[in-house]
Amino acid sequence: MPINYYITLALCLFSIGVVGVLTRRNAIIVFMCIELMLNAVNLLLVAFSKMHHIAKGATAVTGTDGQLFVFFIMVVAAAEVSVGLAIIVMMYRNVHSININFLNRLKH
Amino acid sequence: MNAVILSGLLGVVMLFASFLFQTKEPVRITAIAGTLLLLIANVLESKGIHFFSINTSGFLNFGYYSLFFNSIAIFATLIFFLISSKDMQKVGGHYAEYFALIFFILTGIFLVTSFTNLLMLFIGIEIISIPLYILTGAAKKDLKSNEAALKYFLMGSFSTGIMLMGITLIYGATGTFDIDKMNLVALEKSHLITAGLFMLLFSMCFKVSIAPFHFWTPDVYDGAPNVFTSFMATIVKVGIFIGFIHLFNTAFDKVTIQWKVWMAVMAALTLFIGNITAVFQQSVKRMLAYSSISQAGFMLFALVAMNATSYEGLIIYSLAYCLATIGVFGVISKMTDYSFEGFNGLAKHQPLVALCVTICMLSLAGIPLSAGFLAKFYMLKALIETGGYLWLVIFGVIMAAVSAYYYFRLIQAMYFKEGPNNFTQIAAGEKYVLVAICILIVFVGVFPNIIFNWLYF
Repeated sequence: MPINYYITLALCLFSIGVVGVLTRRNAIIVFMCIELMLNAVNLLLVAFSKMHHIAKGATAVTGTDGQLFVFFIMVVAAAEVSVGLAIIVMMYRNVHSININFLNRLKH
Repeated sequence: MNAVILSGLLGVVMLFASFLFQTKEPVRITAIAGTLLLLIANVLESKGIHFFSINTSGFLNFGYYSLFFNSIAIFATLIFFLISSKDMQKVGGHYAEYFALIFFILTGIFLVTSFTNLLMLFIGIEIISIPLYILTGAAKKDLKSNEAALKYFLMGSFSTGIMLMGITLIYGATGTFDIDKMNLVALEKSHLITAGLFMLLFSMCFKVSIAPFHFWTPDVYDGAPNVFTSFMATIVKVGIFIGFIHLFNTAFDKVTIQWKVWMAVMAALTLFIGNITAVFQQSVKRMLAYSSISQAGFMLFALVAMNATSYEGLIIYSLAYCLATIGVFGVISKMTDYSFEGFNGLAKHQPLVALCVTICMLSLAGIPLSAGFLAKFYMLKALIETGGYLWLVIFGVIMAAVSAYYYFRLIQAMYFKEGPNNFTQIAAGEKYVLVAICILIVFVGVFPNIIFNWLYF
């Protein structure tokens, strides 16, 4: 399959994520949209990795660093999830809401 | 490599310190001793003594410049610990863990300042960001802190997503993450490179709060506990700046895509928004948040100019800005009321403290004989040396004049107005540190050559 399909799919997913972050008001859904952005990047990285693998002579190591990057993104995303959910829970305990329209106390 | 491993280890040590020590004082002393050790290890490494021989080629390159900056970052952290670590107790019960998170952030800063691989840039920025989200929300019962943490977290991970997309597009075009190996000039007609470069540029601007990506900064800096605002507005910010200049100087300097014009426009916009909005603030903390935006605009001059002077200037700027801001925040976190009215008459109640705040403010405003003046001078000099961008130089000078208004407003409140004593108390040791900061600011302002001698020899 040509690489264009992968790029289009990944960019579509990424755009859905960006639009979701900018328009939705529920903190959990905003958070899911961010994860969608990260996973679109993962998909694109794997596709590019395969592309470079074929283009550079298909030896065992060519293009593998893209796949390596994916694992790091996964680990970091997991760390972010744990911290992010903790922050959302902390927020919920104090305000009993996770609507980010509540985030305007600081703007006097 | 010394500092990276040691600060990671110190983070773990501090995690265990909360079990080992029942009282807070030993925890604090351990942290300060650890920072001193870190400073010594890093200085030794820049003199060629390595504790660990680990091959990091292709990922990290500990050049003398980045090591020198790391020394400044550790030194600033040491000063930060000495002046504000007692105030961390007010934030919450997890005293040792705050130190641990700060050591982890330092590890991230060391990675960001010395990366040669986009993977390490990403990891470093995340190691900085994730503990910062926690520190921002450290005051769990305080709604402002909650809100700042959530806002920072959503904005920060959003910009991380954009940065990753940029890295991926560049990888798609070049096939490597190594910024020394990617030959962007040969490929620059590719749309992937253009899109990736701008995504990277915008996300890095997001991290260092360059307008129009600055909107999270005032809220987050205002909501976070005072002590942690002090850390994240200074050391973290200049650390990411060093990574920023390294990234754009190494990988993108030769491409003909016009990112420098974009950067110049953003620098002008940042200076304008930061300074003009700071004028209207009622809270000193929020004023300092906007002032940190405008100082970031000045630091962006280094990236527009991108020559040897701008590298020197960034070192001086980071030292001057860190020292002055940490000093002011050290005082703010001892005030019960940190609006401008709260500072009324401080000179009567605490003459020495008021004098130190004045010197820090003069340095931030860029008055001659202070380190801040030289910092701004080097930024403008770097820009003039490029031959172009004269409009930006003139605009920068005008904006520096505007900034004097709100810095002097604080001095005026302290010296020429009457008010109740809002200052809780300051330990003798912290007072000495405050004085030492001021002496250092003046010293660097009068003898900048000493810093440059260290930088080159």
